[in-house]
Amino acid sequence: MTSTIGLTRVSRSVALPDGGHLQILTGVDLRIAAGEHVAVVGRSGSGKSTLLNIIGLLDTPTSGEYLLDGEPVAGRSARRTARLRGRTFGFVFQQFNLLPGRTATENVASPLLYASGREFLARRRTARAMLERVGLGGRLDTMPEKLSGGEQQRVALARSLVRRPRVLLADEPTGALDVDTGSAVMDVLEELVRVDGTTLVTITHDLSVAARADRQFRLDHGVLTELTGDAVAAATAHRESL
Amino acid sequence: MIGLLAAVTEAWSEIRVNRTRVVLSLVGVFLAVFAMTTITAAGNMGRQMMAESSERAGGRPATLQAQVYSLTGSVDAQGEQRLLDAYRATAERHRIADWGLVDNSGRTLTVRFPGGAQAVPFTGVDPAYGSMHRVLVDDGRFFTAGDDEAFSPRLVVNRLFADQLGGFTDGVPLTVQLGGERPVVATVVGIADQPYSDPTMPSAYVLNSTVAQWDLGAAAGYASPPTMEMWVPDVAADALTSTIASELGASMPGYEAQVYRSDFGADLGVVDAVLAYGVRGVGVFALVLGGIGVLNVGIVTVRQRIREIGVRRSFGATGARVFFAVLLESVAATFVAGLLAVMLSIVLVSNVPLEALLPADVTLDDVPPFPVSAAVEGLVAATAIGALAGLVPATMAVRAKVIDAIRY
Repeated sequence: MTSTIGLTRVSRSVALPDGGHLQILTGVDLRIAAGEHVAVVGRSGSGKSTLLNIIGLLDTPTSGEYLLDGEPVAGRSARRTARLRGRTFGFVFQQFNLLPGRTATENVASPLLYASGREFLARRRTARAMLERVGLGGRLDTMPEKLSGGEQQRVALARSLVRRPRVLLADEPTGALDVDTGSAVMDVLEELVRVDGTTLVTITHDLSVAARADRQFRLDHGVLTELTGDAVAAATAHRESL
Repeated sequence: MIGLLAAVTEAWSEIRVNRTRVVLSLVGVFLAVFAMTTITAAGNMGRQMMAESSERAGGRPATLQAQVYSLTGSVDAQGEQRLLDAYRATAERHRIADWGLVDNSGRTLTVRFPGGAQAVPFTGVDPAYGSMHRVLVDDGRFFTAGDDEAFSPRLVVNRLFADQLGGFTDGVPLTVQLGGERPVVATVVGIADQPYSDPTMPSAYVLNSTVAQWDLGAAAGYASPPTMEMWVPDVAADALTSTIASELGASMPGYEAQVYRSDFGADLGVVDAVLAYGVRGVGVFALVLGGIGVLNVGIVTVRQRIREIGVRRSFGATGARVFFAVLLESVAATFVAGLLAVMLSIVLVSNVPLEALLPADVTLDDVPPFPVSAAVEGLVAATAIGALAGLVPATMAVRAKVIDAIRY
């Protein structure tokens, strides 16, 4: 398979007020193929979100190389990077991050405000179709605060996929949901990306969620390692026991 | 084009979602634009009122008056004829189409009212006087060129004069016998009050040609030749003043010629200055206060929306797009506030009952329309203040780090 995302010895550190540096990621090597589902697990503060932000072009590595579809992303202008991000990636956040005061349809249509002419003009129709796909056809004009947590996350899923991104980055997609609702949301998510052939990168601290992926990685103190079959099997057993 | 449309859509959506906050923040801008626009429009009416009032007395801008005095103190018939020739030559030399003679020497007509004969002071004029002085005719009309050749003297009289004859009915000739050595029946063609005349005394305008033809008018205690009035372009007024004075002086040996500008055009500049600096100054001050309100709310709002801005950046929004969207929110909101303020101002000013507000003896010949410039100024000012007030929040929105914004 073609490697969609390729990180080579990627590191990320931030300057501290006392003049020191905090190392968040250290020499991360990661290859993700098109259509693959990859999960990254790790404790809080292990650098999972930073890794996701770098992959999603929201952040830049301090060192190392990032190739997207074989092309280096470094050196692009902020404007080109933003446009590439909008075209390529969809984001699902733990706290849903739905826009307040907008209906479900308006929320799902909002990424299309930054799309090309035809997509922009058809944004409401596209958004409604996307909400139908996630099973919210009856809640098109409902405000986010009137939706349950699971419904809000499904709206967020619909929004992240409305521009048909090639890569979906999900940061703790079930983190704010109970087990059953989280599982249902993951079912919807996996079905959508499978049908569209979308690459899925899931960040989670939940091994049972990670076990649903094709490959699993652990991030510990900024160091990324691929999980062995035993660890995955244990995680799968854990999931099935639920 | 789609980018602009999308940015406007985004900005409008934001205004709609936060309409209560937006409306409250715009109260100051709305009131400032409303006040500035309304006062400017009202000021224009005041200016027109002053202009018309002054034009009735001193003529329209620019009116030059030429007076020639005999150094010996008396003017014989030959001297008066030479003077009239000199006036006519002056008008022809400088191609002045609107000119005429005004006889304000205090002569009177003997008018045989039903209640008895009465000496009525009159002003001798030429037909051009009506347009040059914006004479406001209450009933009937002012003199026309054809009145020079009428078979009876024509009069334009004040209201009291007409009332003493039983009133004026348009279309029904109102006549009166004028005394003198050769009594003649005159026809009243219109009613118009004379500026600076006593409204409790009858007065009249009479054509100069009529006075000469029918030998009307008893001489006052003193005699002075008529004054020449010329309506000239404003830009040429100063040069013509000195030139005509020199020419008249040269053509009339033994006489002293004085030429001066009699209209109040220059003095109205004070009104314009008050409008320009006073009203606009206060308006700008109020707008700045309103703008600070918009700025405050804008800054607070951007801080509250920092997560939303981060989410939009994750959708692919560029920094320029975020900046433009936040700026546009401010501009669109203040533009709408300005538009509403201007519309309210137009409705108010256009429907104001002028008769109730103006002094009883003041009438506007040309009621000025709502000044387009005031409406445009109001809209431009509101939009500009929105742009200025939106700069800081827009800059803050762009500078927010995407990651921090999402985590916020």
